[in-house]
Amino acid sequence: MTTSDVLAAPGAASDTPEAAPGARQLWRRLRAQRAALAGVAVIVLLVLVALAAPLLAALEGQDPDAYHASAVDSALGGVPVGSFGGVSADHWLGVEPGTGRDLFARLVYGARISLGIGLAATVVQVVLGVAVGLAAGLGNRFLDNLLSRTTDVMLALPTLVFAIALLAIVPAGFPRPVLLVLVLGLLGWGGTSRIVRAQTLSLKSLDYVAAARLGGAGRWRIARRELLPSLAAPVVTYSALLVPSNIASEAGLSFLGIGVKPPTPSWGQMLSSATTWYQADPTYVLLPAGLIFVTVLAFTALGDGVRTALDPRAGTRLRAVARGRKGARP
Amino acid sequence: MTLLTRFALRRLLAALLVLLVLSIAVYALFYVLPGDPARLACGPKCTADQVAQVRTQLGLDDPALAQYAHFLHGLFAGTDISTGVGTEHCGAPCLGFSYQNGEQVTSLLAQRLPATASLSLGAMALWLVIGVGTGVLSALRHGGITERLLTAVTLAGNAVPVFIIGILLMLLFVSVLGWLPFPSYVPLTEDPEQWAWNLVLPWLSLAILESAKYARLTRSSMLDTLSEDHVRTFRAYGVRERSVIGRHALRGALPPVIALTALDLGTMFGGAVLTESLFGIPGLGKSLVDSVRTEDLPVVVGLVLVTGFFVVLANAVADVLYAVADRRVVLA
Amino acid sequence: MTSPLIEVEDLTIDFPTGTGTVRAVDGLSFSVEQGGALGVVGESGSGKSATAFALLGLHRGSGARIGGSVRVAGVDVLTAGERELRGLRGGLAAMVFQDPLSSLDPYFAIGDQIAEVYRVHHPKASRRAARGRAVEVLDRVGIADAPRRARFRPHEFSGGMRQRALIAMALACEPRLLVADEPTTALDVTVQAQILDLLGELRQETGMGLLLVTHDLGVVAGSVDEVLVMKDGRAVERGPVGTVLGAPRQPYTRDLVAAVPRLGTAEPRGAATGEVLLEAVGVRREFGRRGTRVAAVDGVSLTVRAGETLGVVGESGSGKTTLGRMLVGLLEPTGGELRRPGARSGAGTPGLQMVFQDPVSSLNPRRSIGESIADPLRTAGVLDDAAIVARVRELLERVGLDPDWYHRYPHEFSGGQRQRVGIARALAPEPRLIVCDEPVSALDVTTQAQVIRLLGELQRELGLALVFIAHDLAVVRQVSDNVAVMRAGRIVEYGPAGRVYEAPEHEYTKGLLAAVPVLDPDESAARRAARRRALATTG
Repeated sequence: MTTSDVLAAPGAASDTPEAAPGARQLWRRLRAQRAALAGVAVIVLLVLVALAAPLLAALEGQDPDAYHASAVDSALGGVPVGSFGGVSADHWLGVEPGTGRDLFARLVYGARISLGIGLAATVVQVVLGVAVGLAAGLGNRFLDNLLSRTTDVMLALPTLVFAIALLAIVPAGFPRPVLLVLVLGLLGWGGTSRIVRAQTLSLKSLDYVAAARLGGAGRWRIARRELLPSLAAPVVTYSALLVPSNIASEAGLSFLGIGVKPPTPSWGQMLSSATTWYQADPTYVLLPAGLIFVTVLAFTALGDGVRTALDPRAGTRLRAVARGRKGARP
Repeated sequence: MTLLTRFALRRLLAALLVLLVLSIAVYALFYVLPGDPARLACGPKCTADQVAQVRTQLGLDDPALAQYAHFLHGLFAGTDISTGVGTEHCGAPCLGFSYQNGEQVTSLLAQRLPATASLSLGAMALWLVIGVGTGVLSALRHGGITERLLTAVTLAGNAVPVFIIGILLMLLFVSVLGWLPFPSYVPLTEDPEQWAWNLVLPWLSLAILESAKYARLTRSSMLDTLSEDHVRTFRAYGVRERSVIGRHALRGALPPVIALTALDLGTMFGGAVLTESLFGIPGLGKSLVDSVRTEDLPVVVGLVLVTGFFVVLANAVADVLYAVADRRVVLA
Repeated sequence: MTSPLIEVEDLTIDFPTGTGTVRAVDGLSFSVEQGGALGVVGESGSGKSATAFALLGLHRGSGARIGGSVRVAGVDVLTAGERELRGLRGGLAAMVFQDPLSSLDPYFAIGDQIAEVYRVHHPKASRRAARGRAVEVLDRVGIADAPRRARFRPHEFSGGMRQRALIAMALACEPRLLVADEPTTALDVTVQAQILDLLGELRQETGMGLLLVTHDLGVVAGSVDEVLVMKDGRAVERGPVGTVLGAPRQPYTRDLVAAVPRLGTAEPRGAATGEVLLEAVGVRREFGRRGTRVAAVDGVSLTVRAGETLGVVGESGSGKTTLGRMLVGLLEPTGGELRRPGARSGAGTPGLQMVFQDPVSSLNPRRSIGESIADPLRTAGVLDDAAIVARVRELLERVGLDPDWYHRYPHEFSGGQRQRVGIARALAPEPRLIVCDEPVSALDVTTQAQVIRLLGELQRELGLALVFIAHDLAVVRQVSDNVAVMRAGRIVEYGPAGRVYEAPEHEYTKGLLAAVPVLDPDESAARRAARRRALATTG
């Protein structure tokens, strides 16, 4: 055994492992992407704002629910007094037309609803999706068929329509934000479940899982050591992209007047009332619209960055191109 | 029977089963579970007498299974229903009676369909032309600025809600530039020119993001095809690059685009809720929001079923179209 | 015509990589006369395919840097304009690729694809004439019922028929040179023989030249006049095929020739008389649902004794892999009985282990090789941690790897090294029987020889019994005491290796053995003539 095959030191092929990176490595790869980094910065800022909402409102000296009749011109139908929607030292971002409520305070409180519901719904979706997907992938044919068809239906149904319908039949007394989380969560686990099932099935058929079975490893040990680590990457990637779509759904429902009920401030609901003022007070439209846009975009950029960072092909693509030229072997 | 026909039949049969399951779920959810469905169905303004009448009409005193059977019978064979002032025949597919509107749900929805169809089909034409065209062009010159731009727009489009785009377009074209009127729906049969003119903004709002998605799909599946071995074969036999791309690469890219179009159309037929609400288009989506606000339960249930029908049907059609475009699927 | 068909001078090809460039071909020169046939032979990474691609200018636009000069049929390939190059491609020189399925457009009928190529070079031909030509060449390459089959799409053809169709496409414009890049690698041995025979006939008939690129020395022996051996992008040796294969001058060529497993040269092995470790009686395995059930293994009976090797040969689809998985308990038989004296049934049977074919998917990419090997020991829970690590290091050393590589990950290793890791993992629980499923078919011929030698050593040392599953008859001959020949789920012939190979009883076995390529060009020609005679008498 003196030939090159045996003696060639390993590591010559590459220095970037194809294995999915740990949290530290994920961060290192994320850092290399400008868009994702910008997304992270925006998200951190938004989370801080949401957490410190009462503090920020107090700093401005305003309350999100207090009416200020003096700030609007009732002769003109309630248009805010002053330029840019009534921006002043008292009202940093102006006031709401008609009522004169402080926009800055309402917007920072609105961040709590947007982020809170978006993140919590994602958690519900991911937990349900992983459970159903794993059960389908590891279960017998009957269970797999049942769960897969259910998943197909869940995926096919337009979330918004069913969310609207479901929200309509629940008693008004039920706390609205919790209800939104549950409805979005219950309707949105299909994608995660499908990904987890497909991944489980393809992993299950790999030779190294067969080798582990031959080594005497039980079902649980195989799931834990051979399957779950490889499932983490696609699940994290997919859920990172679920967050912005949940935020958008909440905004959409509130926009339709079916989401969070007033007076709780929510961006979607502000936008909905702003559409009637869009000609008289464009600032009032642009603020919540811009915030929703930026938030969704930031989470999407982060999600896309996570995908690039976790995609094992991303790191090795160049090498694969170089290797592929040599022609596949028999 | 060819393999393809058998595949199509099997797929449609499966769709039918799904619809059946869906109808059971929806029926159970809306009529069996809530506190007093008769009160809900009748609406908030009903008197106790009217509620009692509705209860009999819906058969709510019967066992749940009998209720569902009655409902199914109406769906497939029609039934007679009491309207509160008398009895009238409700032909199949009977989706029930809206006590608030004093009209059958089926005919209510049928009135709403043209607006939704106008919106969906027009937007689809727009996004197919823009999307597939851009996709093909950017596949020809891959790399560079088009690619980055497409990626960025598609990513944004995946998540940014359509009403944000709609509002921004409205601000720009209606308020600032004054080029377009504030959209108000005019039926095609009344005035085709006004119909199109008023739908420009809704079409654009839907198409901007969708066409980015289609451009990216077309582009990536064309590039996938271009990297396949058979494209190399034709290059190695002296076939012009133009026909390698126009014939072989584009042909390979078509199946996913066709399938996605069918899916999107199905979803949009049932669920262009936001666009219709924003622009005040009296379609199925707006009808859903309105009925939820007025708590008109029969209409809500009917809409959910109709939406489910469109979506499940579109899924089956998408699968069959994909198989027609790529026969290998049938064998798998 | 006096000018050579191919003239390559000082050819260099550099491929860009992430960090710099890789030189695939380095200062290569050769020429082929009109109507000549050259075999280009080398292991993976030798630059043989890159050279073939350069002949048709297929590296254009790929970013590869090419130096030197290439003239094919009077066309200067590296400087030719687009139009001249298109005329060369397909018109003067046509290429046949390795994988016939992916090399044809799945969406178009095969006849239409050939017609399209024909019309490129004969723009004045009508659609109908081009279709007619397609049917004509399909018929010529032996596609039965060509007018109807021309309307089939590639997935409706078998592997051998697809390769025939590709050759038909090459013939369509009557080129002066045929470049064949591993044309038979994806095919079974009997189909391979048919395709090689076809290429020989067409060459005789049309007088076209042939450049045959392959990793398999047996494939070139009967098909070309001259051989060029390549290694690391350079020419190692060139000469008439009989000389290079019969009396190689260069050490590398000698190693290469020596590593080729041969049908006739097995070491005599003593008959095994050990205890029975595994006995299959009428074992059957079906797949699919009711209505479309297919028996992958259909009533197989065999016996494996301690210390012996049972070889299982068969072509693709013969059920040999399914059988192997049942033997170790990864699959439950749907009929018949498996007796494993002294072992409980089901996967995780301590006495039985497996070595897999694919060196990539058989190791978990997220775990170090040491941990992969240690896994069965940890599951057993007998040894403490230090003892396990010591045992794994010992195993690594035993299979010829550095014990300090314990913490390295699979992607850092070559295919041959990964196969060694797989063997070490199989050895860890001290099994008495290992089932090897195509353990060397993904490896280069020299690596293949090393892994087979390792298995032999381990068997002698540890008294292991082996079930060696492979499609390569010569490899099986080298290692086996007994051989079972499988076809369509059944064993058609079963007996001591010497008897099966030297006096086969079943027609199928005879056909298989006759199709195996041999290194001696004269014998190869004789075999081909025999095959043709057999075909003439039966057909």
